Amino acid sequence: MAVKTEPFVLNMGPVHPSTHGVFRMRATLDGEVVVDIEPVFGYLHRGIEKLAEQRTYTGVIPLTDRLDYISSMSNNLAYCLAVEKLAGIKVPERAEYIRVIMAELQRIAALLIAVGAFLNDCGAYFTPFLYMFRERERIVDLFEMASGQRLTYNYMRAGGVSQDLPEEFMPALRKFMDMMPRYMDEYDRLLMQNEILIARAKGVGILTAEQAINCSASGPVLRASGVKWDVRKADPYSIYDHFDFDVPIQQTGDCYDRYRQRVEEMRQSLRIIQQAMEQLPSGPVKAEVPHLIRPPAGEAYARLEAPKGELGFYLVSDNAIAPYRCHIRPPSLINLTALRDMVRGWKVADLIIIFGSIDITVGEIDR
Amino acid sequence: MKFEHYGIGIIKGLTVTIKHLLRHPTVSQYPEQRLNISRRFRGNELVWNRDKCTGCGTCAKTCPQGAIQIVTSTDMTENKYVVDKYQIDTGYCIQCGLCVEVCPYEALYFSHAYECARYRRGELVQGKETMLETPERKVSGYFYPDKAKKLPEQTLLVEKVTEKR
Amino acid sequence: MATGELGIYNLVKFQAIPPDWPGGFWWHWLFFTVVVIGFVLTMVMGVIYIERRGMGRMQSRLGPNRTGPFGLLQPVADAIKVLLKENIVPVAADKIVHWLAPVVAFAPALMIFAVIPFANGALLADLNIGILYVVAISSVSTVGIFMAGWGSSNKYSLLGAMRNVAAVVSYEIPLVLAVVGVVLIAGSLSLNQIVVAQEIPFILLQPLGFLLFFIAGCAEINRSPFDLMEADSEIVAGFHTEYSGMKFAMFYLVEYAEAVAISAIITTLFLGGWQGPLLPPWLWFVVKLLLVFFAMVWTRTTLPRIRIDQLMAFAWKFLLPMSLLNLFITALQVLAGWPTQLIWAMIIVNFAVMALMILIWSRFFFRLGWGKIEI
Repeated sequence: MAVKTEPFVLNMGPVHPSTHGVFRMRATLDGEVVVDIEPVFGYLHRGIEKLAEQRTYTGVIPLTDRLDYISSMSNNLAYCLAVEKLAGIKVPERAEYIRVIMAELQRIAALLIAVGAFLNDCGAYFTPFLYMFRERERIVDLFEMASGQRLTYNYMRAGGVSQDLPEEFMPALRKFMDMMPRYMDEYDRLLMQNEILIARAKGVGILTAEQAINCSASGPVLRASGVKWDVRKADPYSIYDHFDFDVPIQQTGDCYDRYRQRVEEMRQSLRIIQQAMEQLPSGPVKAEVPHLIRPPAGEAYARLEAPKGELGFYLVSDNAIAPYRCHIRPPSLINLTALRDMVRGWKVADLIIIFGSIDITVGEIDR
Repeated sequence: MKFEHYGIGIIKGLTVTIKHLLRHPTVSQYPEQRLNISRRFRGNELVWNRDKCTGCGTCAKTCPQGAIQIVTSTDMTENKYVVDKYQIDTGYCIQCGLCVEVCPYEALYFSHAYECARYRRGELVQGKETMLETPERKVSGYFYPDKAKKLPEQTLLVEKVTEKR
Repeated sequence: MATGELGIYNLVKFQAIPPDWPGGFWWHWLFFTVVVIGFVLTMVMGVIYIERRGMGRMQSRLGPNRTGPFGLLQPVADAIKVLLKENIVPVAADKIVHWLAPVVAFAPALMIFAVIPFANGALLADLNIGILYVVAISSVSTVGIFMAGWGSSNKYSLLGAMRNVAAVVSYEIPLVLAVVGVVLIAGSLSLNQIVVAQEIPFILLQPLGFLLFFIAGCAEINRSPFDLMEADSEIVAGFHTEYSGMKFAMFYLVEYAEAVAISAIITTLFLGGWQGPLLPPWLWFVVKLLLVFFAMVWTRTTLPRIRIDQLMAFAWKFLLPMSLLNLFITALQVLAGWPTQLIWAMIIVNFAVMALMILIWSRFFFRLGWGKIEI
């Protein structure tokens, strides 16, 4: 005779040590097993899309910094690509190379945080988190040298980059590239083959390739499930077709594969930066574009491979100095729709891990 | 979920952690040790050059937040604008740098300091007198490469050697 | 009793302290009560300091270094801060249970130290059932924790407390079986006799026992990697969610006092207690205790956390069979007279047996926890 049980609702509220930001989940639990989950977001809504209609095209760039505040250069770049598509601006070559270097460095920095936060959720008491942040410090120092700030860079402009790189940038970048592979090997040795982590994360929260494609997931989540789709190769923007890099994929699509996928993508980004560093030409860094751009009426959608997935900007202009409509396709929100299928049947501790492996930033979800 | 590697993974992780015990920690003891900030630091406050400013108002038009207020009056004797009131609300500013970038007369700079806390919110609003350049308020090199060269070099973490004690 | 000729400690002989030192039974009792309480409280403070500084250094940062020289007064600052906080009791809580829980949890941690020798014969009570008393007392702490979880009238506390009870009950058995191996070699349950019997530290004669005791001990005291009872995976801090002020300080103290207790037991059983050349015996005891505690800090810094069903599977399917096999092999060796005659052979054979058993068990017989449950 089985004991009669009743599911109860556990509210993992907006303020919680394990959710990355102000994000609320109402989980229906049967003992320890998660039966259903309902995410509630909107706690960080700032109205960026509406604010963008009241600022000039260049004035929107500081706003886009604050969307996914961890990977600010990628957001700037996506927006500038959209404006350039709308207004038909051609970007000089040195600016393109600088943009690629910055975007790939930003990808490494954002993936470091993703990996560190995931391992922190698994329970390793801040050790890998602090190590990853130490690497991120080195990258953020380079960004501070170029743009003056450490989190919201405001570096890209429509038509290029705002300022040229300072002369101490390239030696520092070379030093960073020399020491980074050694540290990445060390972090692999720290936790990649740890039996406890494998027991915790392997086979947990499987997202099959078909489910991922149906949910329109993108980024490392999609590639870890076995689908070889990367916007840099499928729909190349900027000068990514000049570089030689692989798109790694994994087989199963569980949390361990997503962790592995992010580490592999960091290695590929290092390859791209190495090639871009060697091929960097000289020349102007910004096209001759006025500060108040007035593009002709029309619409444009530009997409980019952000560290979290496919970030898209949809701009509509009606020949004024401010955009008529700016819509953002956030990768974190679209990836989050797969959470419910992944989580049902696992335990509460697995819920935290699966949620951490999708890697969201609430600034992007709520905009 | 079988036990793979028979415990070797755990031992490898333990060796990595114990090696860090012998390394120099990446910590700087503020306020005894202050690191140098970037030469192009886009910091808290702005510095205004009274002589070069003509009151054109480009910075106020470009600011996305609308934090700059300029009031000018005409001066018939010298045939130029006189800036009566130049006020920036530093609490409203998001430090984007568009105003510095856009000024056609190079009259506005960022200040190269970051310890600018005040006790009251009203003190964050800076006017003509409090925004001049003084030896304490140095000018940062954001958009001015010649001024950037005169500032001390930034401390970088890649330069710091942590392997040996 | 092991009397091998290769005794490392034969160089220095220690004078045994008579059981009624310093003069009469009551003075002995009073003196050692004061010593035990002072020792536990001081060691807890020292151990908190070592953990925070050591973990900080291993994470490439400094620990606390502002309060007092080198941050030595940080535990004192923590204690003062916690004493000044308001004592909040939830409205729907069972008042007596809620109030008694920290006391019931803390008292056993102090009582364990009554039988641990600081020098030859220097213990509060030289019971001839020493280690059995320790095992019995350490289970009472769990009742305190369960009282805390139930008396808080909070469903998350209850969940945390239930997990804790399940884990502690499961890990008692490998713990006890690992101890029995040592007892067989030493020939007595009294802790003082066990230390005196260690011509060679028993870690060499019982490596598998040491490993099992260490792992089961970490699980008993809710330390990483088994700290899911109080980690952030559940919504708040587990069974001590609703506690604040001095009661929370008691639970904090319990965690570290038990860590010190387990380290002390490991030192006594496996590392040779107070034996050693040159330094006074109690100093050797403290040094070895701190070394064992440092090993606990080391594993806490590195390893991720285990899930609750994996925890139970690990205890029942991995540790229990290994401890039974260890006991069986040790019993055979003691019957054959190896501890006295063939001590080198015993060391080599035991290490080989440990390596072999871990390999075989990991590869063939072990599946951890359940997977996805179909809804």
